[in-house]
Amino acid sequence: MSKNMKISERLGALSIKNVTKVYDPEGVNVKAVDNCSMEIEGGEVCMIVGPSGCGKTTLLNSIAGFHSITEGSIHLDNELLCGPEKPIAAQGADRMVVFQHGALFPWKTLQENVAYGPTVQKTLGAKEAMSKAGDMLAEAGLGNFLTRYPGEVSSGMARRAEIVRALINDPKVLLLDEPYRAMDALTKQIMHESLLETYDRTGVTIFFITHDLEEAIFLGDKVHIVTTRPCQLKKTVEVKIPRPRSYETQSSEDFRKLLAEVNEAVHEEAVKAFQAGERELA
Amino acid sequence: MTNTNKTVLASLMGQTTLVRGISSILIFLMVWQIGALCDDWFGVDILAIGLVPPPTDVFVAFLEVIPKIGYWQSWVASFSRVLTGFIVAMIIGIPFGLLLAVNRYFRGIFFPPFEILRPIPPLAWVPASLIFWPTNEMSIAFVTFLGAFFTIVINVLGGARAINISYLRAAQSMGASQFDLFWKIILPGTLPSIFTGAAVGMGITWEVVLAAEMISGGGTQGGGGLGFFIWSSYMGGSLEQIVVGMISIGIAGYLSSSAIRKIGYLLMPWKRLF
Amino acid sequence: MSASSQATNGQNKIAKPQGFDLLIYRVKKYFGRLDPYLTILGIGLWLFTYWVLCEGLQVWRFTKLPGPVAVSKDWFSTTPFQGISIFTAEYYDHIAVSCRRILIAFGIATALGVPLGLFMGWSRSIRDYIFPLIEVLRPIPILAWVPLSILLLPGFEWPVLFLATLASFFVTTLNAMLGVDSIDEEYFRAAGCLGSSRWDVFMNVVVPGALPFIFTGLQISIGVAWFSLVAAEMVSGDLGLGYLIVDAYMNNVTVPMVIAMITLGFIGYFSSALVRMLGNKLMAWHVKELNQQGR
Repeated sequence: MSKNMKISERLGALSIKNVTKVYDPEGVNVKAVDNCSMEIEGGEVCMIVGPSGCGKTTLLNSIAGFHSITEGSIHLDNELLCGPEKPIAAQGADRMVVFQHGALFPWKTLQENVAYGPTVQKTLGAKEAMSKAGDMLAEAGLGNFLTRYPGEVSSGMARRAEIVRALINDPKVLLLDEPYRAMDALTKQIMHESLLETYDRTGVTIFFITHDLEEAIFLGDKVHIVTTRPCQLKKTVEVKIPRPRSYETQSSEDFRKLLAEVNEAVHEEAVKAFQAGERELA
Repeated sequence: MTNTNKTVLASLMGQTTLVRGISSILIFLMVWQIGALCDDWFGVDILAIGLVPPPTDVFVAFLEVIPKIGYWQSWVASFSRVLTGFIVAMIIGIPFGLLLAVNRYFRGIFFPPFEILRPIPPLAWVPASLIFWPTNEMSIAFVTFLGAFFTIVINVLGGARAINISYLRAAQSMGASQFDLFWKIILPGTLPSIFTGAAVGMGITWEVVLAAEMISGGGTQGGGGLGFFIWSSYMGGSLEQIVVGMISIGIAGYLSSSAIRKIGYLLMPWKRLF
Repeated sequence: MSASSQATNGQNKIAKPQGFDLLIYRVKKYFGRLDPYLTILGIGLWLFTYWVLCEGLQVWRFTKLPGPVAVSKDWFSTTPFQGISIFTAEYYDHIAVSCRRILIAFGIATALGVPLGLFMGWSRSIRDYIFPLIEVLRPIPILAWVPLSILLLPGFEWPVLFLATLASFFVTTLNAMLGVDSIDEEYFRAAGCLGSSRWDVFMNVVVPGALPFIFTGLQISIGVAWFSLVAAEMVSGDLGLGYLIVDAYMNNVTVPMVIAMITLGFIGYFSSALVRMLGNKLMAWHVKELNQQGR
């Protein structure tokens, strides 16, 4: 349904204005994000690329409501999430996070995990939630693994189930924090295709953090390159490769050109980050 | 502006914990005081608390024993027993545990009897060792040793077996001899577990020394100690002194386990990060 | 996806032996290795040394202790020379009394300690109030409570129960609290995102997430409970295995002492095995996860 709508008409527009975040462990101020602004339209796939430990995750955490911001404001569809009056956003099911190390509850089966959201929000009864979870997992190709625990399936399957757990709540924005970081290239490819397929189906806004440049261009509508700590927006690259995309896209001339462009911008920051040698913040 | 606010908030947060902690201990002392005096004031005995001496009486009793030389001699006696048993257990237990970990045949032969003896509570050995050893002091030392020994061995074994095999392979590929492997990889790799075992073992050692002092020290050749201090207060019916003894042992146990933590901190610089 | 599932089903059909066959397979595999023979050798060697020292050569003071032959003769005799054997009712009375005490003490300590520890891990303010109290009381060894509890509590039963409960309570509470601390922050965040209330988080994240630590704690706790129970029974008591040991010592009979020690070892071992089995049953997810990692 959302396929035919223009991007700007869809829900889930994120507006990040002049956000600054200062950590002060033991009185030493560390600026993780400095005066960072971005506009993300509803239904856009927005990729954030930057060196390790630069403060990308901090930005994601402030959107999700995991921690406060020091200055600036973040709006979702013109509603204030957090700003000067309200430093920490309320956590809610309109913004779903998929975590770097995976956060499926290891003590619940895949189906129970997916059914958890609707059950605790009481949007569905326990039984309906379970059956809907089963349907959605089957749709994602996990129909044979409903009663398995996350510890029993491959990391790829677990991550796919985690995305299903997020989507069952009809979120406006999907926040992904390097979800495919620990995967081998071949599995990653499959995960990318599955995410693109999901996106084409739902049109949910995606805020995706990565430092894999090919991943960024392959998946994204826009690639925001951010500087090393403190995190600031350095450059935005628009990816005008038409959808639906397949893995052949990656060998096209356009793709190579974009890759070179992004790489150039990122490399300098990566060198700076490496030389600073600081330990990554949470 | 916002920064200063945050710092103030942070320090306040830290203080809330402190304030709450102190207030909960004060409330505990007050309940104890009131509960203990309830009997005198209203003639109502709340459960059995009415028999407990109130904290003020305990404090007075504490002040009374502090100048007495006998009290400090019990400290020395208990500490020397704990240390003897503990150190012997470390000296025998660490090599034994490491041998169990590195040598398959050694483990195959010696681990099963060890596992059979381990579940027997250390105190159950007290009478047998009183019969076996010629002096009381030797039997106390033996039981103390046993108490710490099993814990230390189990921790050393677990720690050494959990060492990442890649470290060993890396060292071997750099040309390390068996001797190097042991001293440079296995021993430091096991250190954290050795200290965990030592901390637990120290706790058990105190329990055993106390029990041994209570059971045997009541006899003629008992050499004092804090356990005997409590026991003789019990025989003499002085409740205040029993509580003083309990607090003293609490302090002694706390001091010994902090000492172990401190040594661990000094010996393992790479662990300080975490 | 369907292809891969067929593959797993296919594997199931070919390989896994079931029931009795599986047992036979495992036994064969076990005895195919060197370990069982080393175990037999080790235990045999140990028993032999024990026998040589006490009965064979009668070395030095070892003569004062009963050797393996003397112990087993009495233990399995219908008319035991020193009063205790598997055929005397008294033996089972002592065992039953000790077990009942452990059950009560361990039960109370678990019922109080687990919820308290969980709440302490879950709520900052509960921890701020309770934790200092526990930390002040905990360094006092359980044995130091013996005289006070004998004086304050009536009879033989109450002091013994109190001491065993107290010991086990501290361990259980602290482990439950550490269990909550050990839960990865991301699970709390995920639960928050999914729209959980505070109570949902407690029931769905805190409780299951802390279970592995709780059961490690319970295993230690039941060991500690036995430890204190024996101590308490030795100092004050009228029945129980700890009392049996002291009673034998007082009456200058050594065989029941050794029988009681070995019995304590067995029961102690089985009770902690029981706790471990219960834990594995409750934490299928955890066991499977560990198996998957090849641990």
